Amino acid sequence: MTATREGATFASGTATDPAMAPHNMTLTLRIWRQRGPADKGRMVTYQVEDISPDMSFLEMLDVLNEKLILAGDDPVVFDHDCREGICGSCGLMINGTAHGRGTSGGPTTTCQLHMRKFKDGDTIDIEPWRATAFPVIKDLSVDRSALDRIIQSGGYISAPTGTAPEAHSILVPKKDSDAAFDAATCIGCGACVAACPNASSMLFTAAKVSHLGLLPQGQPERNERVVNMVAQQDREGFGGCTNIGECSAACPKGISMENISRLNHDLLGALRAGARPKS
Amino acid sequence: MPLDLFTVGDPIADTKAPMDVPIGERWSTRRFRARLVNPANRRKLTVIVVGTGLAGGSAAATLGEAGYKVKNFWFHDSPRRAHSVAAQGGINAAKNYRNDGDSVHRLFYDTVKGGDFRSRENNVHRLAEVSVNIIDQCVAQGVPFAREYGGLLDNRSFGGAQVSRTFYARGQTGQQLLYGAYQALERQMAAGTVEQFARHEMLDLIVIDGRARGIVARNLITGEVSTHFADAVVLATGGYSNVFYLSTNAKGSNATAIWRAHKRGAYFANPCYTQIHPTCIPVKGDYQSKLTLMSESLRNDGRVWVPKERGDTRDPRDIPEGERDYYLERIYPAFGNLVPRDIASRQAKNVCDEGRGVGPGGLGVYLDFGDAMKRLGRPAIEAKYGNLFDMYAQITGEDPYETPMRIYPAVHYTMGGLWVDYDLQSTIPGMFVIGEANFSDHGANRLGASALMQGLADGYFVLPNTINDYLADGPFEKVDDSHPAVAEALQEVQGRVQKLLSINGNRTPASFHRELGRLMWDLCGMERSEESLRKALDRIPEIRQEFWTNLKVSGDENTINPTLEHAGRVADFIELAELMCVDALHRAESCGGHFRAESQTPEGEALRDDENFAYVAAWEWTPEGAPPVLHREALEYEYVHLAQRSYK
Amino acid sequence: MAVVTVTQPGQRRAPKAAKTSSVFKKVVMAVSGIILVLYLIAHMIGNLKVFAGRESFNGYSHWIRTIGEPAVPAQTTLTIIRIVLLAAVIAHIWAAIALWRQAKRARPNGYVTKKAVAQSYASRTMRWGGVIVGLFVVYHILDLTMGVANPEGPGTTPYDRLVAGFSNPLITAVYVIALILLGMHLRHGIWSATQTLGQSNKRRERTVNLFALVFSVVLIGGFLLVPFSVLFGLVG
Repeated sequence: MTATREGATFASGTATDPAMAPHNMTLTLRIWRQRGPADKGRMVTYQVEDISPDMSFLEMLDVLNEKLILAGDDPVVFDHDCREGICGSCGLMINGTAHGRGTSGGPTTTCQLHMRKFKDGDTIDIEPWRATAFPVIKDLSVDRSALDRIIQSGGYISAPTGTAPEAHSILVPKKDSDAAFDAATCIGCGACVAACPNASSMLFTAAKVSHLGLLPQGQPERNERVVNMVAQQDREGFGGCTNIGECSAACPKGISMENISRLNHDLLGALRAGARPKS
Repeated sequence: MPLDLFTVGDPIADTKAPMDVPIGERWSTRRFRARLVNPANRRKLTVIVVGTGLAGGSAAATLGEAGYKVKNFWFHDSPRRAHSVAAQGGINAAKNYRNDGDSVHRLFYDTVKGGDFRSRENNVHRLAEVSVNIIDQCVAQGVPFAREYGGLLDNRSFGGAQVSRTFYARGQTGQQLLYGAYQALERQMAAGTVEQFARHEMLDLIVIDGRARGIVARNLITGEVSTHFADAVVLATGGYSNVFYLSTNAKGSNATAIWRAHKRGAYFANPCYTQIHPTCIPVKGDYQSKLTLMSESLRNDGRVWVPKERGDTRDPRDIPEGERDYYLERIYPAFGNLVPRDIASRQAKNVCDEGRGVGPGGLGVYLDFGDAMKRLGRPAIEAKYGNLFDMYAQITGEDPYETPMRIYPAVHYTMGGLWVDYDLQSTIPGMFVIGEANFSDHGANRLGASALMQGLADGYFVLPNTINDYLADGPFEKVDDSHPAVAEALQEVQGRVQKLLSINGNRTPASFHRELGRLMWDLCGMERSEESLRKALDRIPEIRQEFWTNLKVSGDENTINPTLEHAGRVADFIELAELMCVDALHRAESCGGHFRAESQTPEGEALRDDENFAYVAAWEWTPEGAPPVLHREALEYEYVHLAQRSYK
Repeated sequence: MAVVTVTQPGQRRAPKAAKTSSVFKKVVMAVSGIILVLYLIAHMIGNLKVFAGRESFNGYSHWIRTIGEPAVPAQTTLTIIRIVLLAAVIAHIWAAIALWRQAKRARPNGYVTKKAVAQSYASRTMRWGGVIVGLFVVYHILDLTMGVANPEGPGTTPYDRLVAGFSNPLITAVYVIALILLGMHLRHGIWSATQTLGQSNKRRERTVNLFALVFSVVLIGGFLLVPFSVLFGLVG
């Protein structure tokens, strides 16, 4: 499948033509290795050779891991699954920015960051998301279940199966529906927390509060939702939002800071209306 | 027939669908006849649900709402990661909001025909019926479907349908539907009706006195292998496309749960029915770890073509109209670029086999938006497909607004799966299989936007109604680890983990997986022949042999060890691959996604053999190296008459 | 069941979590910040009196201390202003420290390598910039309000102290640097406050940002006019 047909050069596609872009990168990786939650952890240096610019960042790590396995060493553990930027499993701090956002030139997940963004001879620092609420499981894999618990605290519309009215009985202005969709694209990867100097999960929470709060279906629970979700994120040990904007910049889906403003607006309104978090 | 490869057992049949009433009344009749469980008794009944995708997530949430004690297992860190999240295009429903002649019957008809007459009419009709409820349910949950300016839901035509019945949320419909189910599920977890087992992988099914009574699962963080008991087990573990190594499935998608259940007695139906999706980003190198699908919705506005001349290496923009071959429009004037997936894929293979493929390796065809950009303008294209174009640019480093995309088919979905009856119960009483993991609704080929429909139909509406009939006999006798069958299952799983770690050979699990995948793609992929399949069947046992003697897994079992997880999954893929080839070999006809080179019309179209193969092939596992046993379920068509599929 | 939370009438008093929620801290920060900004506007306008001459400036200073007389005793209004300002400053600092401590707890072990992608210099310097501005305010009060840190010493007129201080390039430099820091603090602070109070959105974002920039430049420019004018002998 990888054979290069004679003369099959593709004018506008030089970057994807193996003949034009040989496997030619050698990289130094400094990777956070931590045996388990109790281990202190440290950066360990590895060399990888023969890295194609067309590889994704995770494919580059696959190359390293194959080598480590054959050498009988523990491969580097990292979470990943769909490798098309939608499941939210992957997430690495790459050269000091979440998902390598400082290198990518645009919103990305780690799996969609490609090695053509790096140069031969580069040194790449790779670390896990760091936050009290995201304890390290091993190496680069962290426990993000705190985000699920924030959803549990109110990130839903109570609509038991079978109770729904005919879909067209609920009209939603396109503008609201589009804005709700934009917020709903959050993949729960945790990059916002990782990038935030305060380790705050505000963008994550705000995305869900916005998504549901913008829709007519979300109105009955709107006040309780926001107070409970904010209380839960504080309980999980996330930091507070100070409107810096690193979260939104790191977000692979470009979730905007305006959602945080909307959350604040909803929260103040809910508190005024007497909504209080469940303890 | 190559009798050395399998033996033929008794026919099998569904006995649950009420055949005494017309098809439109069968589902309501079945619900009426199915026994109910008193709400007070539901608390005493435990149901294990494995998987949190559209099927598993919706089922676990719904069963929790109904009051059952649900134990939900998944191998990811969060239920929101399930691979349903990656589905792009949309979900079908027979709402007829467009007044374009759609109806439940038409969706039923299209699905049976699209499945190339290899699906069960009753199941498909039910699917079409409940499709409308799914949309209502999802809207109520806050799924932000695309809307029109008047606030009504938007629809589009999708994947070979001549009516606009597809509901969508930009190019991320699966994600939004999954989050709807996920949120419902999290709500039940907060309410305490669903107990969560994150990062747990099911490694065996516990069958006691002929009933599924639990599972053996490994905690992927601690490595602990433990048993979990229930009155019923629901598998919602997805498909097995990753048998091909490179597929559009997520890296973690695997067949282990259904394969272990198969080895415990569940019949595996139509394993050879795999769907090759026509619009994926072509393969680039050996290192490639997965293939990325570009939503089929792209074919609504994109035109597929290759140069008329072989070996034409000009920049596509420099190739004049007259020297382009819009081959789908040429061969299928009625459907054009919207022919079903299997046809679009095979034609792409044909033109590449002719040497007219484009891009590296000549394995690609153009998907050109030039006309659409002229007709609709770039903003409209951005609004419709922006995220897909961005994804393409990110992966390939090319700008699809400027130059045509290159696409090539890739394995995407498996229509085959564990055999289930109308109640979605497998041949093991108490074990239900839903979503892609079962074989039930798509026949030999799945239509676009039907997978999401089936997953949610099964999970929200079908299973929660049919499982009651089984659970009405419960609660069943209490079991624990001291039961010999439990001890045996536990020991087998532990022994297997130890075995994988102790081989200490020279090849990684990924290397075996890649080898198996390439073999399957070459010999049991888009086109199969007796020769290729026999070759595969010669080779697979050798791979299996080498796997169990030359595997290398580093690390230990007491911690998170992805290499160990992968090794276990590859071991199962190897066994499943063999069954797929046997099935593909025995089915000496072409149908849907299964194209046998020996069975084609003079024009090169798939040629079914209804006289000999209008049946579901349900395979029974036989231990100790004996060949599998084939049980045939005859397919009868009362409402949709057998006809050669034609999209010309 | 986590279905619908109905707020009971008896549940009026907020549980502890709500009082100390991160958002509450931010609201305290925003509201106290707004009070301080309003004061700064008045302060800046008052400063411009210096261009009207010694008498006018000293008279203004005297007026502040006698507002409301004889209805209320001398300095009442000023004292109230001072109490409000002090409370606002304390609240602002409390919120800052509380959020900083929460951030520390939220990430006790930092990254080996961490780079900013989006944050502006202003947002990055809110904490340390705030501390410097705070120290500057203390110095400023000792210098011009109380006179103890002024070359002229206490007991002189405000105008004399002002001229004496800003005639010294070093002192002027301190003021200029501090004011520029204050300007950056304000620029981010104003945007941040609209965000915290839920008044920002995509449509308004540009306007708010532009307003914050223009406002900060005008305000700080107004403040800077005085020391520069003294330094270059326009006022003396």
